[in-house]
Amino acid sequence: MKTLSLALRNLLRNRRRSLTTLLAMVIGMVAVLLFGGYSSDTKYMMQTGVVQQFGHLQIQRPNYFAEGGDNPTAYGIGNYQRIIDAVTHDPVLAPLLSVVTPSLQVGGVAGNFSTGSSRSVMAAGLVVDELNRMLAWNDYGMTSYAQPLPLAGTSEDAVVIGNGVARKLGLCQALQVANCRTLVASAPAASASARAPDDIAALSMLEQATAKPQHETRIEMLSASAQGAPNVVGLHVVKAQNMGLKATDDVYIAMHLAQAQKLVYGAAPPQVTAIAVQLQHTHQLPLARQRLSQLLASEFKNEALEILEFGTLYPMYGQSIAFMDSVFGFIAVLIGVIVLFTIGNTMGTAVVERTVEIGTLRAIGLRRSGIRQMFIAEGVLLGLAGAVLGVSAALLAGYLINHSGLAYTPPGYVYAYLIKVRILEDAPLLLGSMAGLMLVAVFSAWWPANRASRLLVVDALRHA
Amino acid sequence: MLEHTMHPVTLKHVHKSYRLGSVGVPALTDINLEIRANCFTVISGPSGSGKTTLLNLIGCIDQPDQGEVTVAGQQTQQLSDDELSDFRARHLGFVFQNFNLLPVLSAAENVEYPLLLTRMPETRRRERVLALLDAVGLSSRANNRPGQLSGGQRQRVAIARALASAPQLVLADEPTANLDSQTGAAIIALMRTMQREHQVSFVFSSHDPQVQAAADDTVFLCDGRITGVQRHAETARVAA
Repeated sequence: MKTLSLALRNLLRNRRRSLTTLLAMVIGMVAVLLFGGYSSDTKYMMQTGVVQQFGHLQIQRPNYFAEGGDNPTAYGIGNYQRIIDAVTHDPVLAPLLSVVTPSLQVGGVAGNFSTGSSRSVMAAGLVVDELNRMLAWNDYGMTSYAQPLPLAGTSEDAVVIGNGVARKLGLCQALQVANCRTLVASAPAASASARAPDDIAALSMLEQATAKPQHETRIEMLSASAQGAPNVVGLHVVKAQNMGLKATDDVYIAMHLAQAQKLVYGAAPPQVTAIAVQLQHTHQLPLARQRLSQLLASEFKNEALEILEFGTLYPMYGQSIAFMDSVFGFIAVLIGVIVLFTIGNTMGTAVVERTVEIGTLRAIGLRRSGIRQMFIAEGVLLGLAGAVLGVSAALLAGYLINHSGLAYTPPGYVYAYLIKVRILEDAPLLLGSMAGLMLVAVFSAWWPANRASRLLVVDALRHA
Repeated sequence: MLEHTMHPVTLKHVHKSYRLGSVGVPALTDINLEIRANCFTVISGPSGSGKTTLLNLIGCIDQPDQGEVTVAGQQTQQLSDDELSDFRARHLGFVFQNFNLLPVLSAAENVEYPLLLTRMPETRRRERVLALLDAVGLSSRANNRPGQLSGGQRQRVAIARALASAPQLVLADEPTANLDSQTGAAIIALMRTMQREHQVSFVFSSHDPQVQAAADDTVFLCDGRITGVQRHAETARVAA
């Protein structure tokens, strides 16, 4: 007849009370695990998206990122291929790498003369095959929303634009963008036309006659060259894609790196604005960063370069994680306090009800510590049962949520993400929540247990 | 050893009072008493005379304000709380008016509980429990919980529990108060038998005439003082 056996029997004495306490713990555990699982899914999903887009690390000129990242002339890296070769051939870094790829970011204005529309855009010159390999990174087995860029094997002037850009440039119909309102070029008002001089009216009629039909997918992009002169290139839009974030979707153009370099540098030696380093696993980041720093400091000491992590490149990642963590912490503390008082109340009532038994046990020779252990054991058993049942219930609820198809559009995004919870895959969350509940259970049992152990035997025996 | 065989309990100039608010209420005054070994001793007196307080002091579950309590050769005031617990587990047995069995344990487990505290090996423990339940006539109800037993049966289990660790002294506070007279008489007879078979001293607090009739010695208490000690084999004498 061990302490735990006695504790279990005592818990079963008042089944309704024990079940009520257990239910409070299970509900608390389910709430913590579901929100924790949702938070975990969001965290890893965001990380996957950011690493697919930016890599784990980027090598840039100092202050390029801080100053807005839209001046390739001032912050270009000319020696990029030698840096890439050094990184990919480094014996320490090589086994950690997934992809190392250069990119050139170019700001400018894109126009569609057939619809008479234009907008400022941010173009990224990319090595398409390498970027598509980056987009395939999915170390956590998440639901990936990344679509490969359909630029592989296309001509140098081929580009992919965001749905928002397509909308602004009136390319919805030509690019068959779903849920996209086509903008039609505003024709001069009849009255205005009537009032215009004959020669202007004739020129206007001529322009309308030579305007490209709506199914044309050619656009022009104007940018400043390295020498400061305006440079215009004609581009062939092969597809419009949803880029996730509305702010990106409305300005994004992806093009071949060579095209972007030609636009900015013309015949001058080509440069890039960033070298993205994608690792096989995120946990390799500290080692990779350290080695990369050593490498740049030793082999490229005359180059002014800095290394940025994905959390810096996409600040919303860290901010979102911090927000989710703070909400999770708040919920966990709130539920912990509720569970604390629920178990404390249950154990306190049990002490009052069993005062005579406590006196009897003390009289026949059980030490104070034995009484304390007995009640704490009841708390431990309650905690254990609550943790096991809570985890089981949370896993069941999680399974139902993951297969429900519920979706949610986060603030600033242009498409909905499936709501998923990641419980079983997040061992720290699962084990931490169980350990937390056990700790709360033991802590809440400790006070009544201590009170019980300090009862005077004669007073306890006299208790009616 | 010889001394406590002769007198398992000795009280010298024992005083005990309780506080009711700011007022001290004397419960026992200058108690001097020796309990004889292997005897049935009854502490008798009206309600409020201090019977239970005296029994609590002898049972080492309460401490005197003044004086000396020696049980089984040990001065109890010198022991810490844990030492007192261990001492009670090894040397004392208790029978309560309300039986005080643990409701979640079977009869056998209730009897076994004190043996767990003395860390008796399991095989010996089982043997002893069965022997004791057999001795009190409840071997067939070993697996029944207290709720499934009658009052008399519960008190039999309590007696078996009190004798489990082979104590030198068994203390019983009004053991027949909650039993009908017939069952009470049977319980007294059983305790008498067990006392003789196990060579143990029994000390009761009771005003049940049946208990007093069965006693070897009777200690009379009134207003916290011993007014007389009647030893059946001796001439009555006033101890205090």
